[in-house]
Amino acid sequence: MSTNPLRDPQDRRLPQIAGPCGLVLFGVTGDLARRKLIPAIYDLANRGLLPPGFALVGFARHDFGREGFAELAKEAAKAGARTQWRETVWKQLYAGVRFVEGSFDDDAAWKQLAATLAELDDSQGTQGNHAFYLSIPPGLFSTVVNKLKQHGLATADGDPKHPDAWRRVVIEKPFGHDLASAQELNEIVGEVFPPGSVFRIDHYLGKETVQNILAFRFANGMFEPVWNSNYVDHVQITMAEDIGIGTRAGYYDGIGAARDVIQNHLLQLMALIAMEDPVSFNAKSLRIEKQKILANARPPARMDLHTAHAQYTAGWAGGEEVKGYLEEEGIPADSRTETYAAVRIDIGTRRWAGVPFYLRVGKRLGRRVTEVAVVFKRAPHQPFNRNDVEELGQNAVVMRIQPDEGVTLRFGAKVPGTVMEIRDVNMDFAYGGTFVEDSPEAYERLILDVLLGEPPLVPRHEEVEMSWQILDPVIEHWARRKDIDTYPAGTWGPASADKMLERDGRRWRRP
Amino acid sequence: MEKTVDMQITLEHTNSSAIAREMVRARLASGSPAMDMVLTLIVVCDDDTVEDALHSATILSKEHPARVIGVILGKGTGGPDLHAKIRVGSETSGESILLRMSGQLVKHAESAVLPLLLPDSPVVVWWPGTAPTNPAADPIGSLGNRRLTDAETSGQSVRNLTRVARNYTPGDTDLSWTRLTPWRALLAAALDQVKSPVVGGTISAGPGNPAGVLLEAWLESRLKVPIIWHRVDADQIMLVTLETKAGEVRIERVDENSCTFNVPGSAPRTVPLTKRTLAELLAEDLRRLDADQIYGATVEHLLVGR
Repeated sequence: MSTNPLRDPQDRRLPQIAGPCGLVLFGVTGDLARRKLIPAIYDLANRGLLPPGFALVGFARHDFGREGFAELAKEAAKAGARTQWRETVWKQLYAGVRFVEGSFDDDAAWKQLAATLAELDDSQGTQGNHAFYLSIPPGLFSTVVNKLKQHGLATADGDPKHPDAWRRVVIEKPFGHDLASAQELNEIVGEVFPPGSVFRIDHYLGKETVQNILAFRFANGMFEPVWNSNYVDHVQITMAEDIGIGTRAGYYDGIGAARDVIQNHLLQLMALIAMEDPVSFNAKSLRIEKQKILANARPPARMDLHTAHAQYTAGWAGGEEVKGYLEEEGIPADSRTETYAAVRIDIGTRRWAGVPFYLRVGKRLGRRVTEVAVVFKRAPHQPFNRNDVEELGQNAVVMRIQPDEGVTLRFGAKVPGTVMEIRDVNMDFAYGGTFVEDSPEAYERLILDVLLGEPPLVPRHEEVEMSWQILDPVIEHWARRKDIDTYPAGTWGPASADKMLERDGRRWRRP
Repeated sequence: MEKTVDMQITLEHTNSSAIAREMVRARLASGSPAMDMVLTLIVVCDDDTVEDALHSATILSKEHPARVIGVILGKGTGGPDLHAKIRVGSETSGESILLRMSGQLVKHAESAVLPLLLPDSPVVVWWPGTAPTNPAADPIGSLGNRRLTDAETSGQSVRNLTRVARNYTPGDTDLSWTRLTPWRALLAAALDQVKSPVVGGTISAGPGNPAGVLLEAWLESRLKVPIIWHRVDADQIMLVTLETKAGEVRIERVDENSCTFNVPGSAPRTVPLTKRTLAELLAEDLRRLDADQIYGATVEHLLVGR
């Protein structure tokens, strides 16, 4: 792009538009495609961030035809778009909409897909650049990527007109359910696509607030000096949901909270909080630093003391009576899948030695919140007498990822009055209040990153495998135990999790 | 759910410190003493433009929460007088003050505005109507890091543009440059696709179109080729072509909301090219508060030979 005389790095008004390309969507009727992906594509188009000839191809075993698919996409975009609905924008997208009917093992359909892409290269000017978005169960990955290879779609080598074109594949979590399955999955995809062309999408990492962690840490001078074991006592990373498993029973049972969330979201958040400063903000530098953290992160030596897992039981949550996990529809009565998981992780680096990272995740907890709390050590000497500072806790920086995105600083202040009494106060920066409206949805950001080809936060297969290496021993330990703890729905988790921190002389924040 | 109403306070014959005191009180009363505002936006206007301008500024506050200070300069005769209307919103994210000045105070308007600026954060001055010839040297303009003029609000808009451009100071931009961004984005996208040197080009637009004049200057300064101006009877830019060695890039407005996008090597397509509201334009400008070097280079090129 540097050869384009109209572009200039100083010209930041001009949006960074993805080059000519198309997106092929597998699993168009899925929930994710309809609720998130298609609206995100519309919003990108509306913001003028897609190339003028962008193409969207649906591939599914349905007889929609092009019109039917376009209608479905339009309804989905209309229902889910965050930006204003404009018929002209839709018309522009519509020109590039195609549909290929067939099942994933049907060679005729793949030939049809190849012909469709070639036709788009001519009519829409996609110039041979195509991303394949696999919004399908992982069991089908193998079939789809092998068919892509078999029909010469995985690279543009066979395309005489566009020899420099790119082909990319996008996959969604879960990236396996343990190290072995993750490796197998990586092998399947890796055989067909080189590592730089595989994009593992974790929508959490597309959130503005997650990216703000990097800005907060590395753009500011005042936090970096205290961001280490000299000053930090411990870190708590929480992802709490107030809902139960809802309709996800089939997926969730047997997977559980740790595999579902800790392996990807929480370990990635931990890496962003803990990593050294990257030499630049490009994908490679960030990856190197994140990998150092993941490679040196250790699960607890005493699993029985420093992990907790539990299921919610029936109770009252948020003013409503709700079922317990075992009573949920589609859950076997003897299920031992955890809906709450907490684990202590230690990072063996000079910066973090002796600073535990406590990760917890759960369903049917007190409220919906995702946050990272960096809790600082107490001041080494208090000139006040003990009664004065009785109500003074530890200083903390809390980054709220969702909802109510922002940063809170917690410190002590004098209570007005004639006696010296010091109490904790919060200083709050609400992201929503300062830069509001229209902040792009995570998927918009991620899809654009894929099309631009330089996603700073997309994990590579090494990171996925390292995460499993941390988590596998924990899950194995739980599997060996005969029982599982419980907690009433609507509370902040099991007693065992509270004990786990008490042993270390700490306690969980109430987020 | 009970909806709270915006709090409005009117102060007559007042001064800046009384206004500042009332603002703090109003903010505490509305239950949100936290100050999340990112900038101060000073709107220098008159009785005719004040309503529209403040309305746009309020919408704008949703993206960039700001303290909006409207300044109406009244008659310069008589004793100095200052009236203020304060609004601290529960529905708007920022707060606004409307200052109405008259008498000798008109000559020293900046003295009333200075104490009301948010500490440390950037200041943007916007003239929705006629702008001073040298915005950076204007007493109120000199308070700002960014100064926004709008050549299109009065007749002889090209002359307005060049008149201000002669005094260009980093931090100045004109809203007609902001209006041009979608066109520039399309042209840049076209040259992303056609990687072939540009040898010439044309613009078809009405004679008094400052955006067209800026586009011509921008293309010439970036591409180092002469751009030929075809005068057509329209107030918008209707057609831009770029002659490249691979063929012609042709972007032509079809109607109010769209244009055809034609590059060598692929079929013509219709793409959106909508007119944006004033609030949207301002939002784009406020997204970056440092000087726009590309605009600087463009007006420099524009003035060569004028």
